[in-house]
Amino acid sequence: MAGSRPSPPKCSASVAVVALVLAAALPCLAGEEPRDAIPDSLTGRSGDPQRGRAIVLDRQHGLCPLCHGGLATGRLATGRSPQGDLGPDLSGVGRRWTAGQLRLRIVDPSRLDPGTIMPSYARTEGLARVAPAFSGRPILTAEQIEDVVAFLTTLQ
Amino acid sequence: MCRLLVAGLLLWSLAAAAEIPLAERRSGAAMMGPDLRAMQEDDSANPAGLWLLDGAALWSRRLGEAGQSCADCHGDVTTSMAGVAARYPVVDLAGGPPMDLEQRINLCRTTRQQAPALALESRDLLALTGLVARQSRGLAIAIDDGPAAQPFIAAGRALFLRRQGQLNLSCAQCHDDNWGRHLGGAVIPQGHPTGYPLYRLEWQGLGSLQRRLRNCMTGMRAEPYAYGSAEAVLLELYLRWRARGMPMDAPAVRP
Repeated sequence: MAGSRPSPPKCSASVAVVALVLAAALPCLAGEEPRDAIPDSLTGRSGDPQRGRAIVLDRQHGLCPLCHGGLATGRLATGRSPQGDLGPDLSGVGRRWTAGQLRLRIVDPSRLDPGTIMPSYARTEGLARVAPAFSGRPILTAEQIEDVVAFLTTLQ
Repeated sequence: MCRLLVAGLLLWSLAAAAEIPLAERRSGAAMMGPDLRAMQEDDSANPAGLWLLDGAALWSRRLGEAGQSCADCHGDVTTSMAGVAARYPVVDLAGGPPMDLEQRINLCRTTRQQAPALALESRDLLALTGLVARQSRGLAIAIDDGPAAQPFIAAGRALFLRRQGQLNLSCAQCHDDNWGRHLGGAVIPQGHPTGYPLYRLEWQGLGSLQRRLRNCMTGMRAEPYAYGSAEAVLLELYLRWRARGMPMDAPAVRP
């Protein structure tokens, strides 16, 4: 189709390299503090998967379908899926990752890949030129992040 | 040791994301369906034609303290302005900051016609800019990238690479690294400004490249660059240089 790439994008090669490197590095990281997960709830409580689902599916709030597939979000008027493909498909994500691993990937995905396009959902510092309406605010609060983690773990 | 290896390879993978090779560049028009392309190419169907009619009337209207029209100095727009828009923004040989086409038109108004500058993004300025840009349709974008221009192009590229806003995104992450993929239901274009000012169905009107940049920045939850600001013109200069050699299709139609 017009506009599609003739060949796989360079960045997927980069992503593959990063994944390989991380896999190779895991044994030597095993003895250190866990870098691949945030095991404890940010609020000390479990989130609510129903609220989490509403946040995840909201393109203005959780923003997830802008980049990720695997979320049931219906069709656009054009017949096209309203889900993006910039990030991994989230089908079965709760089978692939623990709650702690999901939490880290939402709170600080750059800890796993400094070049990732995915923003930190918790960060308020170290950002450039944030619009005044969003200044000093994270994309999601700690409670909302826990709700999202609770929902994602149900995607089996 | 392991950490060093991880860090080194991560850096290498970051460096691998790079500019789109010249031969792989595609304009937004190439990603559109045949209906929109036909609308763009047919002067009687292209909605920007309404602005061009206004622009032609403005071209020959005498105004300002000098009582002069554009035509009094420049004559027939179809000959005097052929290829002009393809060279903008231009860099001042005296080392001053780059100037885009809108600013150049306003400079003519204030110095030659001795009339007030038109408001940026106003209908009259878009009409005149569109009329001038139309005279470069089909011609290759030819941005001067000589020694005087290099620092400004580099500064524009730095803005293109800078992560901004609450979503912490750079222009390059979408338009260099992920073009052709989808953001929501929309295909991400490479972002080559071949057709500005252009008619966007989403806007129901003609708009400038700077308006489009502001839309993207709003989506990144960043504070948009003000119209005519130094940053906006630098980014415009870099993007036009990045599209060097590509044919102009202004005033274009886009979804």
